[in-house]
Amino acid sequence: MEDKQIKKVNETPENKPALLRMENIDKVFPGVKALDGVSLTVRAGTVHALMGENGAGKSTLMKCLFGVYSKDGGKIFFEGREINFKNSKEALENGVAMVHQELNQALKRNVMDNMWLGRFPKIWDHLPFTSEKKMYEATKAVFDELGIDVNPKTVMSTMPVSQRQMVEIAKAVSYNSKVIVFDEPTSSLTEEEVEHLFRIINMLRDRGCGIIYISHKMEEILRISDDVTIMRDGKWIATKPAAELTMNEIIKLMVGRELTNRYPPKDNKIGDVLLEVDGMTAEYSKLNDVSFKARRGEILGIAGLDGSGRTELLENLFGVATRRSGAIKLDGKPIKNRNSRESIKNGFALLTEERRATGIFGILNIRENTTISSLDKYQTGPLLRKKKMKESTDWCIKSMRVKTPDQETKIRTLSGGNQQKVILGRWLLTDPTVLLLDEPTRGIDVGAKYEIYQLILDLAKKGKTVIMVSSEMPELLGVCDRILVMSGGKLAGEVDAAKTNQEEIMALAAKYV
Amino acid sequence: MSEINVIKRKGISGRIAEFKEKSPSEKRSAIADVLLNNAMYIVIVIAVILIAIKVPAFLSLSSVINIVSLTAAKLPIALGIGGAIVLTGTDISAGRCVGLTACIAASLLQMPGYANKMFPNLGVMPLVYVLLILLAVGALIGFINGLFVAKFKLHPFIVTLSTQLIVFGAVLMYLMIGTNNGQTLSGLDASYTNFVRGTLFTIGGVAVPKYVLYSIILTAIMWVIWNKTKFGKNMFAVGSNEEAANVSGVNVFWTIVTVFVLAGMMYGITGFIEGARIASCSANTGLNYECDAIAACVIGGVSFVGGTGKISGIVIGVLLLQIIFVGLNFLSVSANMLYIIKGVIILVACAIDMRKYLARK
Repeated sequence: MEDKQIKKVNETPENKPALLRMENIDKVFPGVKALDGVSLTVRAGTVHALMGENGAGKSTLMKCLFGVYSKDGGKIFFEGREINFKNSKEALENGVAMVHQELNQALKRNVMDNMWLGRFPKIWDHLPFTSEKKMYEATKAVFDELGIDVNPKTVMSTMPVSQRQMVEIAKAVSYNSKVIVFDEPTSSLTEEEVEHLFRIINMLRDRGCGIIYISHKMEEILRISDDVTIMRDGKWIATKPAAELTMNEIIKLMVGRELTNRYPPKDNKIGDVLLEVDGMTAEYSKLNDVSFKARRGEILGIAGLDGSGRTELLENLFGVATRRSGAIKLDGKPIKNRNSRESIKNGFALLTEERRATGIFGILNIRENTTISSLDKYQTGPLLRKKKMKESTDWCIKSMRVKTPDQETKIRTLSGGNQQKVILGRWLLTDPTVLLLDEPTRGIDVGAKYEIYQLILDLAKKGKTVIMVSSEMPELLGVCDRILVMSGGKLAGEVDAAKTNQEEIMALAAKYV
Repeated sequence: MSEINVIKRKGISGRIAEFKEKSPSEKRSAIADVLLNNAMYIVIVIAVILIAIKVPAFLSLSSVINIVSLTAAKLPIALGIGGAIVLTGTDISAGRCVGLTACIAASLLQMPGYANKMFPNLGVMPLVYVLLILLAVGALIGFINGLFVAKFKLHPFIVTLSTQLIVFGAVLMYLMIGTNNGQTLSGLDASYTNFVRGTLFTIGGVAVPKYVLYSIILTAIMWVIWNKTKFGKNMFAVGSNEEAANVSGVNVFWTIVTVFVLAGMMYGITGFIEGARIASCSANTGLNYECDAIAACVIGGVSFVGGTGKISGIVIGVLLLQIIFVGLNFLSVSANMLYIIKGVIILVACAIDMRKYLARK
């Protein structure tokens, strides 16, 4: 049934027709051009690897394909027809499926309920009753075909993540999908399971499916894929046959960009050791035995892939995640940092990664957002002094150049960069000595980024220690003095920002993947 | 997210000038916005005018003071529930708490020598002691509510549904003490009824009861707590974004517990006032009070979205509801119809309120 529909639109040298063509896709978020003329052509019967650093625009591109985001420019052709899916359900019904990195499953329901969700087989077409029997048999048939050994009646939550992922893959197959996107499919799989997954992928390829494979793991990419497309900063960089690429070439294409005045000149002076962390291990995440030292006036970067434990390190240090073990010393004195209040008293501040989810109080105004962590300062007896709060907020707005009509403006109406400045201001009002910044420039336009870098540098010059997590390696290289590289919850290495390069960091980041 | 926020604030003249520059379609939508954002007030003004035309006595002094007194009586409980709603929660145990505290107050303050006295050997207790007992009872119930919400992360609806039942059971058991056998408590001591219902002052021959003053004092106290204290700021922060509040160093646990304890104390005070105001307390006292209080909060703009709401909004919400009820009584609308109208008002108010928070796509 596939062959009938495929119109041979764009014959490639290997004589395999283009199944999916995305042409010059643009996507603009306020202040950021997330995708800039990206093209991607997936041929039938091939595996096409999509590579790029965190934030390069891979998932944005996929979200445009599935209609999660509406694209601002460009065209998408599927089997020769121009398509414009409004949501992932429509995409699925047309034969374009995605196996997500984060599984969206109804965990309390069983396997077959999840497989047939939204299209339950009925006893008889004209009756509203679902048929458990048909569902069971259909599930079994797909599983047998793919060699998956799972009872369709097992409740999802009782299965390991790897099996749940297999179910997700089976679901995509059961839709007779012609294009299947795999987003980091192997991150939770064992080696054996990876082999199984590759057998399934090869089988799908032989059937004429087009596979888009997103992964950070170079060996996998080189092994499984036919073509490789590399993206960087929301732009298309290269598409080459995998056979012509080496690991080093891929890394170079992924990170290779020049630094020109995107960072303020570094003139901070590094003093003696202020913070010592020894054997930090988390209770509920994979952060494992991380030790490091940070000095006064130093900007310490933390690099690593998504999920490598960078955020968890900061959260454990700040006491908002549960620590299993580990000692913290500030100025030689042991401290506990059991919760955020204690950490703030000890002079710590944490700028969180998810600005909307854990940073701003969207519905509250700027003044309420800046003063919330330092309310003690404005108290006279039990009452708060509005005048003092106004002064502090004024200072924040002026010194960070927040663009806002007044203090009473609700923070959610500001741009991302201005919101970030307000939250940074909130922390500066607590007079911190150690600033933990998690992705301080995420989703911020280039001009505002420079201003944030300048603020970070100014803080270091005042003798404060800044620990900064970032997914953007050039940013770490441009702003930091030293960079810790995390991988798989562990500290993979430490590099001098002045002497290292992105290739070295990338290699360390993949050490325990 | 846009950068168009650099617009300076303008006076009314500036706004009118700005309005004149708009295209006809923009003008229409601007007018629609203004109308919808003030819809509740507009409806009320129209309602008052219509009722007053049909029944002019509606705007007589005694009727107005009646509305004000009713508002004062219903206000403290709404002030308590308002905090829970700011936290995106609710409190449906409120009515039963008022019932329990009202019964306790009545039982402790029956006049000496009254035939059906619950505690025959008890003299007249000083009002302060009784008030303190009621505050403690209310605070205890509030503490239990807050503890289960904050510690075990249960939804306030579930927690307060349970405490509502528990408190009702306690009221029934309390009314069985001694020889009372579940009877209505009446025969209150004059010191108590005078303190609550006594005349504050008279205007044009109509007496204003003292509890109006108490209600004003409570409103002022709550206004200060909400707007001028660290706890108040923390409450709004937790209601707006609990996770961000935690990271920012707000003690989320104690903030939640305190909101419910404060609410419980408000119910205790309401029970104290209500005991004397209705002067015959039974197991049914306080039934469904929370419904009116929640409705008043929502109408007054304390949104279930969380992190937003004003004391003035609650006062207006309670007032508006009372105007409607009294007005419909003047129009001799049947009691059954009242419920339907109440329900429609809450639905419409919530729908209008949500408009402000929906992200438009």
